[in-house]
Parts: sequence; structure tokens; C-alpha cells
Amino acid sequence: MPLISVRDLVVEYDGRRVLDGLNLDIEAGEITVLLGGSGSGKSTLLRQILGLERPKAGSIYIQGTDITRCSQADLKRIRRSVGVAFQSAALFNSLSLEDNIALTLREHTALTPSVIDLIVWMKLAVVGLANFGKLHPQELSGGMKKRAAVARALALDPDILVLDEPSAGLDPIVAAELDELILFLKEAFQITALVVTHELPSAFRIADRIAMLFNGSLLAVGTKDEICANQHPRLRQFLNRVPENPVHIPALASYLERYVQTGEAKP
Amino acid sequence: MSNLFEIAGRETLHELEYVGKLNIQLWDTLRGMRRALPLIGNRHRWHAAVQQMLEIGVDALPMVALLAMCSGFILAMQGASELRRFGALHFVIDLVAVGFTRELGPLLTAIAVSGRSGSAFAAEIGTMKVTEEIDALKVMAFDPVEFLLAPKYLAALVAVPCLSIVAGLFGILAGGLFMFFSTHLGLVLYFRYVLTSIVLRDVLAGFLKSLAFATIIAHVGCLEGLRVRGGPEAVGHSTTMAVVRSTFLVVVADAIFTTIFYFIGRA
Repeated sequence: MPLISVRDLVVEYDGRRVLDGLNLDIEAGEITVLLGGSGSGKSTLLRQILGLERPKAGSIYIQGTDITRCSQADLKRIRRSVGVAFQSAALFNSLSLEDNIALTLREHTALTPSVIDLIVWMKLAVVGLANFGKLHPQELSGGMKKRAAVARALALDPDILVLDEPSAGLDPIVAAELDELILFLKEAFQITALVVTHELPSAFRIADRIAMLFNGSLLAVGTKDEICANQHPRLRQFLNRVPENPVHIPALASYLERYVQTGEAKP
Repeated sequence: MSNLFEIAGRETLHELEYVGKLNIQLWDTLRGMRRALPLIGNRHRWHAAVQQMLEIGVDALPMVALLAMCSGFILAMQGASELRRFGALHFVIDLVAVGFTRELGPLLTAIAVSGRSGSAFAAEIGTMKVTEEIDALKVMAFDPVEFLLAPKYLAALVAVPCLSIVAGLFGILAGGLFMFFSTHLGLVLYFRYVLTSIVLRDVLAGFLKSLAFATIIAHVGCLEGLRVRGGPEAVGHSTTMAVVRSTFLVVVADAIFTTIFYFIGRA
């Protein structure tokens, strides 16, 4: 039975359909990468899976509970088993790194302060920030913030880790470090991860399975080899990085020349 | 002309919707406020509420005291210049004492707190919205209403009436100083007159008003913050709107309360 199961999900914003009858299963112990271009519906799907928005139709089962119809108490219970690292890290700026990670432990567990301190140090050590616990988020680099967000997501030892664009905006070395961290977490904690990205090298490095979204629908799902072998034109276009509407340079040049000569603005 | 009615109708519906949202938020916060109370609630929320009380109350003390002193002098001088002509200078004491207890103490405090803390609530929550910190709270199984709004509301309910009392005392003291310098009336005697001119109904009216103003300031500030959409520029807009709307609603509420007390007093 899949750990997360999305069934016939329909999401609309002001009558505009963003997700159109989407079906997706995420198996336990796997890293599933959600791939897709800008505006394909990745972030919307993520917000739905996290229960931040209600769909127009369809269901999302997490550990067997339909979070689109469950009570707030059940949703809270499920959320405690899901760790999330947002694209912007979303660390609490008023708290130190240690306090960011300790927050859920203090509020959702009955652990003593000394045990919480130890767990916080361990989580920071896992992401390589053990010496930076006293710093505030605004004192960290982009890569450090992302790693801190992962440490916070791991605070309650979640069954599912959700990472939104973990390597976006990072240099290739830091991005590769984060990929290694995700792989390490899977090996060490047998964690199930859903990673949203449009960074192809990162996706192919960490994924067990890749789901490709296009215009609110699932274009393809499969292992890395299956995705590479898939000949769907949209998928090929995305993987081969071919622009959808390429700018035709000779036509542009002749248009500019005519504009300079005649002042006629219309092509 | 029909266009004018259309605009007026649309704006009225818009404002009614706003008031509806305020009421829903108030109800949610009242339900979550039990968790912010000392002894029976969550100690982290109570600590947050105490911190907010210090920020709303203690930090605003010098400003509110100075504002009340200046207003007390102005009221006493303006009153004296007219009442002297009728040989009724001693009524300045009643004017200042009753005016500050019933009206100016709570109103001046509300305007000061709206500018300082209402805008701060909107900026804090708005920034958290923009940086996805509110979403982070939700996915970490926290209720943002209980986590953010309840401590702020509880703090405002305690701090604003206390500040209103301070404003009343300083306003009345300013009246006493004016009377001392203009008529050589001793301060002890002045305060004796003050106590005879104020009745319990005046104190209760001021107290009820300050509770209502605290509710308006806290909830308008928080709602404006939660309504932020887009980037940092939206936070600036929400901060301005928090001050404008809360000041407007405070004055409207004051007018309603004064009308009610006026008719109760006549009956």
C-alpha cells in the first residue's frame, strides 16, 4: 500500500484548472521526485499533499487517511509524521537555529530540556550545522538555510520528508551536497521522501522514481530508466531542454533592421 | 448615477465581508485563548502573551503618559478659557476627570497602541505570511490562531485597559497642574474634587471601551497581516491599512459606546 496516494485530484483557482484529475502513488522507503516546468502544478500538488489547501475534487491518502476529509485533529496527527523543508526554508527569523528545531519537540513531546538539546544537536550534526545552532536564520547563507530547514523537518523523526526545490538558487557544489544529504537520510533512516524540483541533474541523482507533471496532469511516472526511455514529446523536450517557443534570431534581426529604417513598430 | 450606487454597493459588501472575517477570527481566537491562559493553558503561549504585554504595555508607557499629559493640559486650558467667563472655573476639574476616565484615556491609548502595536502585529504576521512561516507553522501541526493570535489578543486585553488607566491618571494630573498654576489649587484638594466628580459608571464605561478597543486593534492588526498576498510591498500596505482601519473602527466603536452610555445615563 502506498504511503501517499493522490486520487483524481482537481484543483481550481478562480475557475482556472491547475490540477486536472491527477493520480499519483508514493511508495514507502522511496525517493520520489516531482518534476515539471514552471506553472506545471508542482507547488500546488505539494500544498495539497501538505493539507494547506482544499481541492475542488479528489482525495489524498496519507498513511491511509484521506486528509481532504479528515478532522483537524487527524490532520495534526498526520502532520507530525511529515517533515517539510520549504523552498524559502521558512525558518522562524525571531528564533535561533536551535530554537527553530526545538520548537516542535518542546510543543509536541514530553521530552526533558536536556534530551531536547541533545536531539537538536544531533539533527544539526546530521546536516553539518552542529556549530551554528546559536545563529539566527538571517546570519546564514542560502545553502545553510536549506540544510537547517531539513534539520527542522527531521526534528520529530518523520515517516515522510517533503522537500520543495531543495537545490533551487544554490551553486552546483552546495546543490550536490544537499543531494548527498537526501540520499544519506534515505540510507540512514529509511525515510520516504517527496522532492519537488526542476533541476534535472539533482532529480536524476536522488530519485528512485520520477513523476513528470505537465499542465496539471501527470505526463509520466517511473524509474529513472523508464523516464529516460519514454518518448513522449513533452517529456523529451523537458529532458533535452528544448525551448517551447524559441526566439527566431534571423526574424528578430530583420524586424529590428526594418524598425530602424522605417520606424514601423509592427512586425 | 447607477455607477455610483454600484461602487457604493460593492464597497459596502466589501466592508461587511471584512467585518465578517474579523468576527470569525475573533471567535477562533477566543476558542484558542484558553491555551494562552496561565496555569490551565500552554506555558509557551502564556510566556508569549507576557512578552507581548511588555511590548504593548510597558514599552508604550512613556508615549501614552506624555500624550495624556499634553491632552490634559489642552483640555484644561480650553475648558478654563470658556468656563472662566461664566465663573465656573471649578468645573474644569469635572471636565478633565470625567473626560479622561470615560473618553480620552481609552481613546488616546487606543490611538497610540494602534500606531505602535497594531501596525507591528500586521508587519510581523504579514512578513511571516510572505516568507511561508505561517505555512511552516501549519505543517508543523501548530494552529496559527492559537500560536500567534491568542497571545497577542490576551496581551492587548490586559495591556490596553492598564494603559488607559495610566493615560487617565496622567491626563487628570495635567489638569491638576494647570489648576495649581492658574488658581493655586493644591494637588491634594484637586484629587479630592476629582474623586467626588467620578462615579463607578464612568470607570466602567472607560474600562469597557478599552476592552473593545483592544479587541479591535489586535484583530485588525492580525487580520491585515493574514490577508497579505504577494511580496514585501504588500506587508507595507497591510501595516498602513492596520493603522487606518483600526483607528477608524476605534472611533466608530467609541461613538456607539458613548451613544449607548448616554441613553443609559438618561434613563
